[in-house]
Amino acid sequence: MKIAVCIKQVLTRNWPLRVDESAAWVRDRDASFEMNEPDAYALEEALRLKEQHGGEVVVCSAGPARVTQVLREALARGADRSLHVESDELAVADARGVADALATALRPEAADLVLTGLQSDDQGFGQTGVILAELLGIPSSTIIMDVEVHKSGVHVKRELEGGWFQWVSMSIPALLTIQSGIHQLRYATLKGIMAAKKKEIRKVRPGVVPDAGYAIVQLYVPEKSKAVQFIKGSSGDAAKALVRALREDARVL
Amino acid sequence: MILVVAEQHDGMVNRSSWEVVAVAQQIARSKSDPIKVAVVGVDVEAAATELTKADVAEVLVVENDQLAVYTPDGFVEALTALVQAESPQLVLFSHTYQTRDFAPKLATRLGRALVTDCISSKMTPDGLVLVRPMFQGKFVADVSLRGAAPHFASFQIGAVRADAAALGKSAAPTRRIEVAIDGMAIRQKPEAPFKEAKQAVDLTQAERILAVGRGIKGQEHLSMVQELARALDAEIAASRPICDAGWLPMDRQVGSSGQTVAPRLYLALGISGAIQHLVGMKGSRTIVAVNRDVDAPIFEVADYGIVGDLFEIVPALIAALGE
Ligand SMILES: Cc1cc2nc3c(=O)[nH]c(=O)nc-3n(C[C@H](O)[C@H](O)[C@H](O)COP(=O)(O)OP(=O)(O)OC[C@H]3O[C@@H](n4cnc5c(N)ncnc54)[C@H](O)[C@@H]3O)c2cc1C
Ligand SMILES: Nc1ncnc2c1ncn2[C@@H]1O[C@H](COP(=O)(O)O)[C@@H](O)[C@H]1O
Repeated sequence: MKIAVCIKQVLTRNWPLRVDESAAWVRDRDASFEMNEPDAYALEEALRLKEQHGGEVVVCSAGPARVTQVLREALARGADRSLHVESDELAVADARGVADALATALRPEAADLVLTGLQSDDQGFGQTGVILAELLGIPSSTIIMDVEVHKSGVHVKRELEGGWFQWVSMSIPALLTIQSGIHQLRYATLKGIMAAKKKEIRKVRPGVVPDAGYAIVQLYVPEKSKAVQFIKGSSGDAAKALVRALREDARVL
Repeated sequence: MILVVAEQHDGMVNRSSWEVVAVAQQIARSKSDPIKVAVVGVDVEAAATELTKADVAEVLVVENDQLAVYTPDGFVEALTALVQAESPQLVLFSHTYQTRDFAPKLATRLGRALVTDCISSKMTPDGLVLVRPMFQGKFVADVSLRGAAPHFASFQIGAVRADAAALGKSAAPTRRIEVAIDGMAIRQKPEAPFKEAKQAVDLTQAERILAVGRGIKGQEHLSMVQELARALDAEIAASRPICDAGWLPMDRQVGSSGQTVAPRLYLALGISGAIQHLVGMKGSRTIVAVNRDVDAPIFEVADYGIVGDLFEIVPALIAALGE
């Protein structure tokens, strides 16, 4: 079975965010980056399916030269080879633009399963995977927490709201968007890191990026609406003041 | 014309669909546009009747036997036909799991883009601007629409109040629309929704909840949190990443994919306050947040906040409670 996994590179979680000169994105020139969290889970699912059913795991990322970092990381964790759709524009493109680029790279692969994360930590569109499925002409199912592969297709567990789930069957090829927490993650071993150095990162031309359907005109810190009462002072003083407020004002202790 | 695609389950309209009706009314007011609300499915009369109470031009009931159970392919087929027939300028959804499942495909099928997870909208000289969160709610972006209509947008659950939707003087007319759907086009075979076996902890009954997030850094630090929970006489809960990592069991998770709680006291330690967490706890009576980032969105819903390092504050709280 051939499984493709789409992996986005995003700013590390604790990076102090500041709006850049364009006022439409954040300063990221000297930033540190990491693998989008749900994508790490999508990769983990792919590696486990390969262990069970055999085959190959191909990872794909769209973006500037720097995104090879997350491809290397995926190769070190056990992916077999990788595709890099290289383009600076794709770092801030809309979901359709990114999905188009990913489709260009993945169409010739004709993978049996394409996995994406359910959402990116930066743009948070929550839709690139579903668009990609439509562009590839394959069925999709979203927010997946379990995957069973059968002869005729896949049987997947969708997360619904409020603690509900649902099993869905589909023929393959198919695309699944994977929810965080589907399995415990493995990390790269030293052996994996060494092996990754010999694995392929193939460059793919993005093709024509379609006209954006929308564009960010301004990025800013949201206005604070509700008046939170900040308790100041040393940790000891703040703790005492909070306990007093909870006992005497809020009366919840 | 603005088309609102409502969501219903077993004849009941989702509360968040009423929120989107309110959003459509706001946008329509500045453009004096008619609003139509579509309900898709089989046996959706009860939902359609409920929606006729809204101050809208028409309620459209989109029917076909293939729509008896929800599938993304079925909905895309039905709504593609509807949008082509009705030619709306704007198509609005609530950003639910179901919308995430089919709406991007619908927009793509029609050669258009979808702006997801919007929290508000504003009319500017350059047209409609939609506001959506980015970077997990730490920023928001004003987004302008490009290209030809129809434009598609989904609104975050809770972005506006459902009761802000204006009701009509009389019931809006209903029109049934029979769409043709090729059964072969539906590639998903869904089974009935279910809940996991009964949860071991019922956080909804807790008077006080101490919730811990990724700020706790490692499982080994949970003992400190447990000690504070004992001192507060509180149940322990967590954000999703803590449960994903297996540090606490899934049934302690609060949020859109966990439990919805409303205790007298909710104390959040090292939780950033992503919307999926907030929807599960913002109804709590008194909310306290401890976070070292003064801009963390959790402070937006908090009554009391301490900006600082939880590894100093937690021991100090344990000491203060002992006094
Ligand atoms: C479809 C979907 C469903 C989801 N469902 C849920 C759900 O049900 N529940 C849920 O919680 N999430 C859910 N999520 C995930 C959600 O989007 C967030 O990713 C998650 O809530 C973040 O958890 P966190 O706040 O613990 O971590 P982070 O966002 O990483 O925040 C950690 C916080 O800790 C602070 N911190 C770090 N160190 C310290 C310190 N020493 N002292 C004090 N503060 C510190 C940081 O400033 C930061 O604000 C869902 C996401 C999706 C897309
Ligand atoms: N530039 C990218 N390169 C590779 N995969 C991506 C990229 N952008 C988004 N994805 C995939 O699409 C998923 C959803 O992203 P989004 O639609 O931005 O929320 C992510 O979890 C990734 O799996």
